[in-house]
Amino acid sequence: MLGRTVTHALVGLEARQVEVEAHLQNGVPGLAIVGLADRACQEAKHRVRSGIVSAELEWPSRRITVNLAPAGLRKEGSGFDLPIALAILAASRQFPPDRLASHAAIGELALDGRLRPVAGVLAAAEGARRAGLGRLLCAAESAAEAALAGIEPIPARHLVEVVGYLRGEYEPEAVEMFSNGEAPPVELPDLADVRGQERARRALELAAAGGHNLLLAGPPGIGKSMLARRLPGILPPLTRQEALEVTRIHSVVGLLSRDRPLMDQRPFRAPHHSASVASIVGGGSGPKPGEATLAHRGVLFLDELPEFQRPVLESLRQPLEDGVIAVARVDGRAVFPCRFQLVASMNMCPCGGRGDAGTECQCSPQRLASFREKLSRALLDRFDVVVALPRPRAAELGGAAGESSEAVGRRVAAARIRLEREAPARTDASTALLDRAVERLPLSGRGRARVARVARTIAALAEADAVEEEHLAEALAYRSPRELAQ
Amino acid sequence: MKLARSDPRFPPRLKAIFDPPPALYLRGTGNPELLDCRAVGVVGARSCSPYGAQVARMLGRDLAAAGLLVVSGLARGVDGEAHRGALEAGGPTVGVLGCGIDRDYPAVNAALSRRMEDGGLVISEYEPGVEPAPWRFPARNRIIAGLCEAVVVVEARERSGALITADFALEEGREVFAVPGEITSSLSAGSNALLKLGATPITAVDDVLDALGIERVAASAEPEVSDAARRVLALVRDGPSGADELTARAALDAGAISAALTELELAGLVAAADGVFRALR
Repeated sequence: MLGRTVTHALVGLEARQVEVEAHLQNGVPGLAIVGLADRACQEAKHRVRSGIVSAELEWPSRRITVNLAPAGLRKEGSGFDLPIALAILAASRQFPPDRLASHAAIGELALDGRLRPVAGVLAAAEGARRAGLGRLLCAAESAAEAALAGIEPIPARHLVEVVGYLRGEYEPEAVEMFSNGEAPPVELPDLADVRGQERARRALELAAAGGHNLLLAGPPGIGKSMLARRLPGILPPLTRQEALEVTRIHSVVGLLSRDRPLMDQRPFRAPHHSASVASIVGGGSGPKPGEATLAHRGVLFLDELPEFQRPVLESLRQPLEDGVIAVARVDGRAVFPCRFQLVASMNMCPCGGRGDAGTECQCSPQRLASFREKLSRALLDRFDVVVALPRPRAAELGGAAGESSEAVGRRVAAARIRLEREAPARTDASTALLDRAVERLPLSGRGRARVARVARTIAALAEADAVEEEHLAEALAYRSPRELAQ
Repeated sequence: MKLARSDPRFPPRLKAIFDPPPALYLRGTGNPELLDCRAVGVVGARSCSPYGAQVARMLGRDLAAAGLLVVSGLARGVDGEAHRGALEAGGPTVGVLGCGIDRDYPAVNAALSRRMEDGGLVISEYEPGVEPAPWRFPARNRIIAGLCEAVVVVEARERSGALITADFALEEGREVFAVPGEITSSLSAGSNALLKLGATPITAVDDVLDALGIERVAASAEPEVSDAARRVLALVRDGPSGADELTARAALDAGAISAALTELELAGLVAAADGVFRALR
C-alpha cells in the first residue's frame, strides 16, 4: 500500500517540491528512509514513530520504506517529520489518502506528537502556492508566516489535530491573512539620543537619502556604533514586496520573531570582526545565506573594519556592486540577494590615539602602514561617504538633544522621491569645480563619480533643481581622506 | 651614474666636510650641478604628527618656490612630506638614501622617488646592492647636512636621527633651524631641546631666506574665497579644530561648514588630517 504527501526542501532561498512516498510491504517490521536525507532527516524515523504512537494512532507493523523524491536532491532538516508521518498514516489508511490532495505539509514532530515550527516555512508556502497547492499543514506557530505567501495555512498544535482535520472531524481556526497581529513594532534607536556630532549626523542623513555606503573613522568611544545603529530608523519603510524578501531570508535561517512574522523593519546586521568569509557571504554544503544576505534591504555594519580578515573584506566587493551573491558548492549552487547598505567604522590607527587631542599616537610607522594596507584602495572606493570624526570637546556633548529620527526620516524620504523622479544635473560651474578638485586632490576616476553621486544627493536634500557649487564642495568633503588610504 | 670625489662635478660643499664620501651614486634626470645649488635640508620624525607633516610640506613648497633646493632623506613622515611639498611647487628636490642606489627604501616611497627623479636626483654613497642597515642612516645624515647651507628640523623625538643631522650641520658651521612644537608633546622634545641649545626658531620660510640672504618672495595674494569660507578660515587660524567645533562657532550648518572647508582646502589655505583642520601659513 502506498501513501503520498508533498513538501518542500530548501535550496538556498528557493523551495523545491519534494514528494514523500511511504510504501508498506510484508517483511520484517522496520522503517527505512531513502532519497539523500541528511542526519536530522534520518533521525525523523524515531520522532515519527514516537509521535504516531503518542497520538494514539497505529504504527503499522509492516516493513515501511519512505522515499523522498527527487532522490538526487539533498534534503536537510526536521521539516520532513510531518509529511513522513502523514505518508505512513495515509499508506495505512488511517485517513482517506485523497484528502491530502492540494495540501502541502511541513513541520517537526515532538516525541509526544506535538508539532514544532521549523525554519523556511515562508519559502515552502510560496513553493506550494506556485505548485498550485492551496493549503499548507504546519505548526500553529508557523501559520501566520505561511499566510504571508497568500496560501491557506492549516495550523495544528498536535498530530492528532492534523489527522482529525484530514478525517473531516475537526476544522482548525482560520488564520488572519497578512497580519502582524497585535505585537507592537520593535523600537528603533532614535537620532535624538545623539548630542553634537553635526558632521556625522549630516553624513548619516546623506547616506540614508542616497543609499550611499558610509565609513566612520575616529578614535574609540566617540559614538561611531551608536550613530550607525540609528541609520535603519531614518531609512524609508520597506515596501510590502521588500518586506516579503527580507522575511523569506530570515525565515530560512530561523530568525523570525513568532509575534511579528512579517519583517517590516529594515534589518541591521553587525557581525563580529572574527567572522569568516562563509558566514558573511553565505556558504555551507547546502548553501545558507550569510550576514550580507541577512542585511538585504537593510544595513550591514562592520565595526572595526580593519580588524576583519582581508579575504572577508575583499569578498564583499563584488556583492556591493552586483547586489547578489552566487555561492557555488559541490552539492549545489544558490543565488542570494544582498542589496544592503554598508556602514563601517574604524579607528584612525591601531592604538586609537589619532584624532584624539588628549592622547598621542603610539603607533610605529610600520604598524600604521600595515593597518592601512588592510583596506585596499578598491574597498575604500566602495564608500561614497567617508567622515573622519575627531574626539569632540566636552562642551559639544553638553548641547541640546539632536533632531529626532522622524524629522530626519521625512527629509530622507522626500529626497529619495526627488532622486527617483529626476536626479538634479550639474551646473557648468560645479563641473568646473569638480575638474579643479580632481587636479588638486588625490581623487581617482571612480572617486570622481562618487563625489558626483553624493553631490546629487545633497542637491536633492536641499530641494535644489541643479547641483550647485556649494553642493559639490560639500560632497568633496566626504571623499576618502588621503591619510586613510595612502 | 657615479661621481668620484676627484670629479670636478663633485659638490664642493660636501667635499668640504670632515669625512666626505669617496664617491656619490646618482639616479634621476637632474643635472649633477644641481647639487651645487643653494640647498636647505628639511628633516624630522618618521612617525610625525599631522602638524609636523603639514609644516614639512609647507616648508618644502615655500623653499622650492623661493628657488632653493630641498634636500631630505626620502624617509616616511617629515622627509617624504618635504619632498612632496617641493614637487608641488615644481622645484627639483634631492633625496639621500641610506642604502644602495638601486634600492627603494622605504618601499612606500617608491612612487615618490620616481617623481623626484624626474628633474631631481636621488643620491647615495653606497654602491648598488648595499642593504639598508641601522648604522648607515646616521652616515647618510652627514651627507644631507653636508649638501646644505641650512638644516630645518621639523619635529624630532629626544633621540631622533634628525638631531644627528643637526649635529653634523653645526659641526660644519651650517645654519640650524628648528620648528617650535608643543612643550607637552614627546614628538617635539628633540626639536624644542635644539631651540634651547640655540638653534634659530622658524615660524615661516622667510626666517630661512633672511638667514641665507635671499630676497623674500612677494607673498602671493590670498585667493578669493566666499564669505562663509573666510569666516571659517578665521576660526581655523585660532587653532586646529574639528568640523563640529566650527559648526558651533561659525553658526553655519554641518553641510555649509563642509562646503566652506573644501573651498579652503582647494585654495590651499587649510589642510585636514584625521578630521582636524589646520590653517596653512
